[in-house]
Amino acid sequence: MDFNFTEEQDMVRDGLSRLVREQYDWETRRKAIASPSGWRPEIWAQLAELGILGMPFSEADGGFGGGPVDAMVIMEEFGKGLVVEPFLPTVVCAGGFLKHAGTAAQKEEHIGAIVAGSAVFAFAYAEPKGRYDYADLETTAKKDGSGYVLNGHKAVVIGAPWASHLVVTARTGGERRDRSGVSVFVLAKDTPGVTTRDYVTVDGRRASEVYFENVSIPAEALIGAEGEGLALIETVTDEAIAALCAEACGAMKVAHAMTVEYSRQRKQFGVPIGSFQVLQHRMVDMYTAYETAVSLTYLATLRLGADERERKKAVSAAKVGVGQAARLIGQEAVQIHGGNGVTDEYAIGHYFKRLTIFDSEFGNVDHHLKRHVSLA
Amino acid sequence: MNLEFTPEEQAFRDEVRTFIAENYPKHLADAGLREDLPREDFLAWHKILGKKGWSVPAWPTQYGGTGWTPTQRYIWSEENARVNAIMPLPFGVAMVGPVIYTFGNEEQKARHLPGIRSGEVWWCQGYSEPGAGSDLASLKTTAVRDGDHYVINGQKTWTTLAQYADWGFFLCRTDPTAKAQEGISFILVDMKTPGVEVKPIKLLDGGYEVNETWLTDVRVPVENLVGQENKGWTYAKFLLAHERSGIAGVARSKRGIEKLREIAANETAYGEPLIKDFDFARKVSQLEIDLAALEITELRTLAGEQAGKGPGPESSILKIKGTEIQQRLTELTLEAVGTYGAPFHGGVSNDNTNEHPVGPDYAQYAAATYFNMRKTSIYGGSNEIQRNIITKMILGL
Repeated sequence: MDFNFTEEQDMVRDGLSRLVREQYDWETRRKAIASPSGWRPEIWAQLAELGILGMPFSEADGGFGGGPVDAMVIMEEFGKGLVVEPFLPTVVCAGGFLKHAGTAAQKEEHIGAIVAGSAVFAFAYAEPKGRYDYADLETTAKKDGSGYVLNGHKAVVIGAPWASHLVVTARTGGERRDRSGVSVFVLAKDTPGVTTRDYVTVDGRRASEVYFENVSIPAEALIGAEGEGLALIETVTDEAIAALCAEACGAMKVAHAMTVEYSRQRKQFGVPIGSFQVLQHRMVDMYTAYETAVSLTYLATLRLGADERERKKAVSAAKVGVGQAARLIGQEAVQIHGGNGVTDEYAIGHYFKRLTIFDSEFGNVDHHLKRHVSLA
Repeated sequence: MNLEFTPEEQAFRDEVRTFIAENYPKHLADAGLREDLPREDFLAWHKILGKKGWSVPAWPTQYGGTGWTPTQRYIWSEENARVNAIMPLPFGVAMVGPVIYTFGNEEQKARHLPGIRSGEVWWCQGYSEPGAGSDLASLKTTAVRDGDHYVINGQKTWTTLAQYADWGFFLCRTDPTAKAQEGISFILVDMKTPGVEVKPIKLLDGGYEVNETWLTDVRVPVENLVGQENKGWTYAKFLLAHERSGIAGVARSKRGIEKLREIAANETAYGEPLIKDFDFARKVSQLEIDLAALEITELRTLAGEQAGKGPGPESSILKIKGTEIQQRLTELTLEAVGTYGAPFHGGVSNDNTNEHPVGPDYAQYAAATYFNMRKTSIYGGSNEIQRNIITKMILGL
């Protein structure tokens, strides 16, 4: 058992922490997310330069040989600064699919571009009626000659407005919600027949509804075996959940610290409100929720390589526990900030928003409790 | 970073598992949560461990500790929890023992530590008073110097299992003029001394686990003072921090969840095993998730200890979450047994027969245990006091 980080991981954390502190201050972030593009490609370029975008890939694939713990360290720092740039969809999701099941040619084509920062990916898995079931797909990929034709509508594809490429899940066979018949494809976003409707999300990111209308893609676009994509999707999304939990931990840490600090500054009845026991104990409960959320994030991250059942149990445990902590900390932080907590001006409200949306990504608390029960 | 045990730790686990399987008294299997046992049953495993040299693992080796790493101690407690073993009681091993070897003199160490190790001497704790609970420093029991003796007068309460105790450690006010925390001394009292009177308190489960202890003109030789006069509060706080570090009870709760699942597989609800009822299964899963979070939190604390950091204020988190989970577990167990939670098994039988108690065996102690475990968020510094500690020590408010 070892809870220490390597020297390299500490260096990555310090480097990112400095980047966020020096270049991702609140005003700069506010302007960037309100700008037409909504993100900062120059930050992306720096992440590439720092080696962050290549961290989780093996050296053979052109990366730096990191693993899930490295992704955790990175995502936690992003969470602290509410960084919107699409590390999760590009590196963890698309990167995960390529790493686990990509052909040599696919890796060659895409991983290098991800590491260099020249390709940005979005992961189009959710559908208007699919909720959190990755197999509940109306999007189809029909065999057409040697390739496929994609048709369908993907919902709330985070980062898609910034993406050059998409990873898409679609049904190549079987009935809706069957475990078999699900396949994963990678394609350029500018492939003819792909259209998007871009918008802003409540937590300051950008997303798209993505429509596929008779989109022809070659056989080489398929990642993994045809019809057997579900297990692969579960593997990659479990990795994404662990990383997302780390992001939430970073955001919770800051939200809690901001709240404690605010309670020290804010005076009512002639004294700092932090001197009131009724608020102190609520901040303690926030702290305890944060610490146990960190523990569950470690558990999920360190169990990603375990056998399937153990991995899924740990990941679902984390998504439940971190989801509950995120809800509690977000709501209590706003409450203790009083009226200021519900203004757009104060940062705390934006942490609250990010922590709120976190729950709905890759399955909410209810969904993962159900999965945990099914694995008992 | 990893969660794996080393091959040495695995080998250690095998060794202690074998030892427990071969030596733990068969008639006490799964008795670990019961409080209504005779004295010799409480001590049986302690005495065996004393002979083996394993009764005080956490002590420094020069006083009989095993020298195990925090991880090995964790494995040890996990393996004992697998059979729900009755562990050595904390009053000697985890409370007064560490105070004596840390603050006591050589004579006190030589006199008292062997009996604690072997399980020959039973200790009880004289801290709380009727008027001094969470505000422990307001205690009123006095010890007045009279020649070579202290004369102690006052009343202690919640003295756990004092009915069996040979010795007690008492917090007494030795300087009535000093500020609350500063006039207190830590004194060892032979429970057979004239003037010591132990009166049982009946608890919700029908059992007699705690007592009122009255001290009337109890003459105690001055050599029974531990450390310095009027410095007892320091030792008392030291002891409470020690008490908290083992309080999470992760391994025992793990075993409890396993048993709960067994019960829920056996009980029927709506024509199916209760565990198939999603509403119930969901509560069990939630508990398991909370326990997993607590377990990793404890392991992180242990890792910190292994790296030389003592049990800090983080142990208050372990106390709060650990006791919440223990209570939730007994609550769900009582829910699981359904209507057979109602019969009272501790009292006089109305039918005057020697027949097997009504209902399934596993239902017998469900309500009593649930009632009994309400104590956990109250003792050892109530969970509200733990929140005060975190407020001060961690949040800095």
